[in-house]
Amino acid sequence: MNHNDPEILDRLDARFPGTLERVPSVDQPTILVSKDMILALFEQIKNAEGYRLCLDVAAVDNFPALPRFELVYHLYHPTKFARLRVKSRVGVDEEMPSATGIWPGTNWPEREAFDLFGIRFTGHPQLTRIYLPEDWEGHPLRKDYPLTGNRVD
Amino acid sequence: MATAEPERLMDGETMIINLGPQHPSTHGVLRVRLELDGERVVHAEPVIGYLHTGFEKTAESLTYQQCNTITDRLDYLAPMTNNLAYVLAVEKLMNLEVPKRAQYIRVLFAELTRVASHLVWLGTHVMDLGAMSLFFYTMREREVILDLIEAVAGVRMNPSYFRVGGLAYDLPDGFHDKVRDLIKDFPRWMKSYRNLFEGNPLINERLEGIAVLTQEQALDWSVTGPNLRGSGLPLDLRKDEPYSAYDEFDFKVCTRTEGDAYARFWVRVDEIYESMKIIEQALEKITPHGPYTTADRKVALPPREEIYGNMEALIHQFKLVTAGFPVPRGEVYQGVEGPRGEMGFYIVSDGGPKPYRWRARTPSFYNLQTMPILCKDGLVADVITAIGSIDIMLGDVDK
Repeated sequence: MNHNDPEILDRLDARFPGTLERVPSVDQPTILVSKDMILALFEQIKNAEGYRLCLDVAAVDNFPALPRFELVYHLYHPTKFARLRVKSRVGVDEEMPSATGIWPGTNWPEREAFDLFGIRFTGHPQLTRIYLPEDWEGHPLRKDYPLTGNRVD
Repeated sequence: MATAEPERLMDGETMIINLGPQHPSTHGVLRVRLELDGERVVHAEPVIGYLHTGFEKTAESLTYQQCNTITDRLDYLAPMTNNLAYVLAVEKLMNLEVPKRAQYIRVLFAELTRVASHLVWLGTHVMDLGAMSLFFYTMREREVILDLIEAVAGVRMNPSYFRVGGLAYDLPDGFHDKVRDLIKDFPRWMKSYRNLFEGNPLINERLEGIAVLTQEQALDWSVTGPNLRGSGLPLDLRKDEPYSAYDEFDFKVCTRTEGDAYARFWVRVDEIYESMKIIEQALEKITPHGPYTTADRKVALPPREEIYGNMEALIHQFKLVTAGFPVPRGEVYQGVEGPRGEMGFYIVSDGGPKPYRWRARTPSFYNLQTMPILCKDGLVADVITAIGSIDIMLGDVDK
């Protein structure tokens, strides 16, 4: 059972004409947006639509497709219990605008995406590795990073 | 794992102290980098990653059914809720129907693990506050729940009892009686615990007004579960978006408005009672015999007796175990109400038998982000209270 609000896509379309691409999905309304538009879209979603909670920021490596990475934001409306998924693509040499100014809770998951995928975020307060040591080479969750390797003691 | 050196440290007015990673009250391998002005905390920064094992990377090389074993190891005090979130996500993507009886058994075990997890939290949290004895009692009673898990799954921790499509095995004989015994003994346990902490001024003074998290802050920082309910927002996925037949159960969502450690303490204690109510109702609904997994042979293993006499069944068994089953291309997110908040899985499938991307939204990871807010301007001793009161689980944080 869900309380998702598919009409939000029409409202967002009217507010940002021609910039949102709807993605078919089995569980919740999903949109794909360019990374230049994403902060304006997030402002609208959070302040006007009331999606107050950013549950998760997940990165996906689509290697060898370009642009290489996809960032997936799972948003939640805490009184209507509606969910929304926003996706955006970013290349390996590009920077993604940080959502920490809108949802401070995206701080750690963005650091995680930086650590494990090597995605850089502009405007992030502390973009350092979160799990791995500072001198670690490579980004393990990239598809071209090997699953096993030499043991590091 | 890295930390930046703030500029204000250069004036020599404050000092840096590391709490952990080998400190008993950090509940695992958490390191908190404390910046202190005398006994006041100026800044508390959690430094994590000591338990990082790359679960998400490992999962990409396992079949969907094998990934289940990884979910156990995230929040290892509540493995069944992790299992539940994961199998529901895959089932949603496959549009798979699970028998009602299996759904009730899932609810029963999700709630049993919630009680077990809250008992460990209660014992360790109160021990952090200086009362040793409660820990021994809660751990003793948790054993009873672990015995039940052992009875169905064969192991006490990391059970992987829920499988995509249903359950791994049927309930053993005499299971209902064991749960009934637990339900019968439960009020006596809780009474003996409450005698130790309820109204105790030493406990109350260490909790009241400490580590306050307002509702706004909690929402800003993506806090979910009992920590959010302790700040006054009655958000509970079991009620709001019922999964696995939770809408057929009668229970109430426990909230407190104060947002301090005391509020979160009582939200969890009250939740134990509500979970026991659900367990009682679930047990009534579960028939001793019946289907425990889906009839869809594309997912479920054939029954043992068929494998020995039927070539088709033997081939099916072999294929399912060695190659796994394909999951339709697409993406899915499913969250469940874990003991620590919303435990969710985001799975991207490329149509093959292994997930293309396997992402765990672990509640403790987000809840721990609030440490700087909880500890700001408090005393060093209250840092321990703050860590205990948000009930983190390092397996969950570090993945």
